[in-house]
Amino acid sequence: MTAPAAFTPADRDGTLRFSGTLALASIGDLPDRLHSYEGAVDRLDMSGIDHIDTVGAWLIHRFATEHDAEITGLDADGRYLLDQVSAADAPVAARAPPPTPFTRVLGEIGDAVVVSLTTLYGLLGFLGATTIAFWNVVRDPRRFRFNATVHRFEVVGVSALGIIGLMSFLIGIVIAQQGAVQLRQFGAEALTINLIGRITLRELGVLMTAIMVAGRSGSAFAAQLGTMKLTEEIDAMRTIGVSPMEALVLPRTISAIILMPLLGFYASLVAIIGGGLLCWVSLGIPPVTFVQRLREVVPITDLYVGLVKAPVFGAIIAIAGCFQGMLVESDAEQVGLRTTSAVVQAIFLVIVLDAFFAVFFTWIGWI
Amino acid sequence: MAECDEPIIRVRGLKNSFGDQIVHDDLNLDVRRGEILGVVGGSGTGKSVLMRSIIGLQPPDTGEITVFGENALSVDEAEATAMRKRWGVLFQGGALFSTLTVAENVQVPLREFYPSLDQGLLDEIAAYKVVMTGLAPEAGPKYPSELSGGMRKRAGLARALALDPQLLFLDEPTAGLDPIGAEGFDALIKSLHKTLGLTVFLITHDLDTLYAICDRVAVLADRKVIAVGTIPELLAMDHPWIQEYFNGPRGRAATAAVKRNKAQQEAGAV
Repeated sequence: MTAPAAFTPADRDGTLRFSGTLALASIGDLPDRLHSYEGAVDRLDMSGIDHIDTVGAWLIHRFATEHDAEITGLDADGRYLLDQVSAADAPVAARAPPPTPFTRVLGEIGDAVVVSLTTLYGLLGFLGATTIAFWNVVRDPRRFRFNATVHRFEVVGVSALGIIGLMSFLIGIVIAQQGAVQLRQFGAEALTINLIGRITLRELGVLMTAIMVAGRSGSAFAAQLGTMKLTEEIDAMRTIGVSPMEALVLPRTISAIILMPLLGFYASLVAIIGGGLLCWVSLGIPPVTFVQRLREVVPITDLYVGLVKAPVFGAIIAIAGCFQGMLVESDAEQVGLRTTSAVVQAIFLVIVLDAFFAVFFTWIGWI
Repeated sequence: MAECDEPIIRVRGLKNSFGDQIVHDDLNLDVRRGEILGVVGGSGTGKSVLMRSIIGLQPPDTGEITVFGENALSVDEAEATAMRKRWGVLFQGGALFSTLTVAENVQVPLREFYPSLDQGLLDEIAAYKVVMTGLAPEAGPKYPSELSGGMRKRAGLARALALDPQLLFLDEPTAGLDPIGAEGFDALIKSLHKTLGLTVFLITHDLDTLYAICDRVAVLADRKVIAVGTIPELLAMDHPWIQEYFNGPRGRAATAAVKRNKAQQEAGAV
């Protein structure tokens, strides 16, 4: 076994004698004892030690420098080690000095403002770039990436059918159940059908689908493009003459624009089925009556409201996802951060736009 | 001591495969204590997989791996920890923790294995390790994303050396460095090898590195180690890959450079 590092205090001629193994594993409390050592030291005698590593050499070097002592008794290897360590003695800060709390808070507020504004500015620019790419493709349709777009149909749409269906079905049931409980107080349980039909077609079908698509596909877009940015794939594309906007962003955006109305419509239908099922089971309204009543109380404009909003939401989700992906730089951690921002930004923008749409449709009389 | 004669790493009958693709089949290798062993081989011959098997990141299909005289494949968690204390690993890209500064990266293994060290000493150890690996003192508080590729490698080496290991694994340390940087890195490894009495397991494509610092070279081909020896010993073999590797234009250039250096040194000595 290795003996722990130790030293005997200085004798009359000021020599401190070390013994044991001066290595990291057996260093014990030597650093503290050296640190608190007081008294005159002229010489450090190392002839009694078994082994020394860089940590031991560093401690000896530091102690010798502090006490202006001479180091003796090292063998050639030990001396070489000590020289190497002494040569590496330079002030190195482990981390940048922390700012004061006041300036830090101010700085963070400022950063947040700048980031929000530049992001908004960048997003607008990106929207413009996507539009230009779209226009270029319209003028020269051969440049349209048909296969890439159709592939996205599957990823964004078909594989989302299961989860979106399940979610909508449950939401339909919840709306019907909660609506029935509240409306029963006025004896107006029959109005549950109005509630289900109108809210799912106008709002919830598309909105919940948008949130699900943002979580599933918006995040995936950001992560895919971010990773491609990191591995320099996007730079490689540019140098070959392939426009990343046309090859990557446009297929994703177009597939989201096309699929959002389809998914939204599907989600509304499934939610209505869920609600109808609950009406049947718990209110005793048979499906035939439910459908007939739906046709009477739900104006066709409700369907239009949902279908007009859906492609806009799809565009927002895809553009926010691609935009954040393209912003990734330098390290893998950014991919995670940007993916999160893509989802948060997409959902936020979708809800803001939804509020504008609500006002707009009321204004044109689709109520 | 008998322990000294025993190889520090002993690989016997190693087999690794990914699906249908067999990377290693009945591979044997010994790394002697205190040597710098270069591992060469064409792309895809499983140099990195061999290293990952030895350090326990890639459990092999079959085979026996002994490190520091202990069976690396059947150790329990405590023994594995004790083993990890004694080696350092430099991954290809440096593999620095991106949320920590360079100095904090160096402190991670120290903190993990020696929690009793106080912060002051940790900072000092990180400081001299950073400078020792040839980084400027200003690099200490920087984050990995602010460093160049070569600086990341040096910082990765500083972290690999944090515990003063006996065994150092280097995965292509000079790949992606400029010739001057690569030469500096070679000199650094050689000097650390001398200073710390390290055993080095070095994967490389760099012929200059092989000539400059390796005591022995192991050649990976056909799913096994086909030859181990000093470069003159390998040159004497008539395996086509080895001949092409060392006697190709690059190989000859590296040989010439070594001869030139020697001649210069001798002229300087006179």
